[in-house]
Order: sequence, then C-alpha cells, then structure tokens
Amino acid sequence: MAARIKRLRKIIELPVVKGFKPYGVTNTKQNEKPIILLYEEYEAIRLCDYKMYTHLQASEIMNISRPTFTRIYASARQKIAKAFAEGREIKINGGNVYYDSPWYHCNTCSCYFNNPNIDDVIRNCPLCGSQDIVSDNFSPVSQEKLVDDYDDYCICPNCGYEKIHKYGEPCNKVVCPQCNSFMRRKKFF
Amino acid sequence: MKIAITSTGNSLESNIDQRFGRCAYFVIYNTENKAIEFIPNPNKDKEAGAGPAAVQFIASYNVDKVISGEIGAKVKSILDSLKIQMIIIKEPERKIKEIIDMLENN
Repeated sequence: MAARIKRLRKIIELPVVKGFKPYGVTNTKQNEKPIILLYEEYEAIRLCDYKMYTHLQASEIMNISRPTFTRIYASARQKIAKAFAEGREIKINGGNVYYDSPWYHCNTCSCYFNNPNIDDVIRNCPLCGSQDIVSDNFSPVSQEKLVDDYDDYCICPNCGYEKIHKYGEPCNKVVCPQCNSFMRRKKFF
Repeated sequence: MKIAITSTGNSLESNIDQRFGRCAYFVIYNTENKAIEFIPNPNKDKEAGAGPAAVQFIASYNVDKVISGEIGAKVKSILDSLKIQMIIIKEPERKIKEIIDMLENN
C-alpha cells in the first residue's frame, strides 16, 4: 500500500535567508553535515514564536490540522536545538509546501483578488473601489508545489535514469523515457 | 499604472476571456493617460507553456495588475514572484468596456 499523499502546507512568507552557519567553532572536528530545516518547519517557528499565534491559529493559516501543526513545530524545535547543541549549519530547504499570498473577495463586484505585497494593507477593491471586501481563505487559483532542489528523485531500476519527483504523480506509474520500464522513488529504492 | 485584461476580441464590446494563457487579446489599460491598447496574444496556439509565455509577454509591458477569468498554478507562481496583483472575475459575460469603466471610477 502506498502512503497517503501529504497535504501541501501553505507558506505566506518565504524565508529571507537560505540558512545559518555557526562561527567560532571550538571543536576542531568539524561537524560536516548540515541540518535540513524544511520550509514548513521554518514557517511554523515564524508563526508560533515570532508572530505569537497559537497552534490552532497557525494551523489554520497553514491550511493543516492542529495536530499536524504541532508535529511540525515539535520537529522544528528538535532540529534547531540539535543544530545549536552540535554546532551544525542549518539549511532551509524542501518540504511539502506551496506559496500563496492572501486572497480577498469583493462583495460589490464579486471579484477575487490577491495582495502580492504583504506589507501593504488593502482596504479597497482594486476593480470597483468598494470597501466591502472580505479576507478569503479560499484561493480561486489551483496550487502547485513550491519547486525546490530538495533531493527527491524518481529512478529507473533498469537503466538508472533519474528525474525530479513530481508531487502527486506516483513513480511506479511513470514510464522511463530511455528503456520504457516503470520508475521507482529513489529514497525508498 | 498599467493593467492587463484578457479579452476575447479586439473591441471594447468584447467579453473578458476566461482563459489567461490562451486568450485572444490582451488589453493594456494605462490609468494615467487612459490609453487602451489591444494586443493579439502571440502564444495563443502554442502547444505547451502558453501561460508562462503569456506572463513574460505582458511583463514586458510593465503591468502591475492582471485581470482574467482563470489563472493556473504555473502562472500564479510566476506572477507572485513578479509581485503582479491578480484579479479574477468569474463572470464570462463581463464586457471590457464595463471593466474599464469600473477602473476609471475607482
């Protein structure tokens, strides 16, 4: 049985940096491997500890359940603590996420619009100028997984051909373009 | 500020096109000098990737807002990164003239 597909987590603000590096390492034995902090874990920390939302509020913002949010948050805390204690580098990368800006709905002209610049406050409908607008969690646009260089590949067990795994597309239904056999997920192969 | 509207024809009486990448015409409306320009969509019959090509095309006109009936996931992510605002009107019977009137009275 294949595992259930994970719901995509919504990210409102992308991280401003790609990661963090320790300095002044006293231990001569350099800790080689960086800790990979997923985008959703970064967002969980940002919403919970920086914006001071409760787990329930933050889970609604990220469009996931409260228990899922708490799990992501706990994992994020664990990873950050590990990086601090072991003096490791943190890289923010990967995860099951999509980026979305906040959407609004105008009750006067019944149009949907988004706010691409999160620092601006929107009071009027950009189309008819009406002030009768509501913030709408529903997005009228379908979502695509945020493209990242996270190492999730499909591999052909026959010839070794690799391609980046596409979200929601089972590898064992994808045919290898080189030898026409079915592909496999590399991380489980 | 410039606003791009997808249109089914090249007159003010035409309806808004519900598709973004494969719309017949783009209307570029300039709010400062009230200029209205109809530009045929060069990527209308492209086999694949009409959406991203359309974004590139209208981004070369330096638009700040896009008005269309439907916007796909690929186009959305590019528009997000270009910080172009999307306005979605799910009414195929809306005329270009009505939309421009609304923008003018805004």
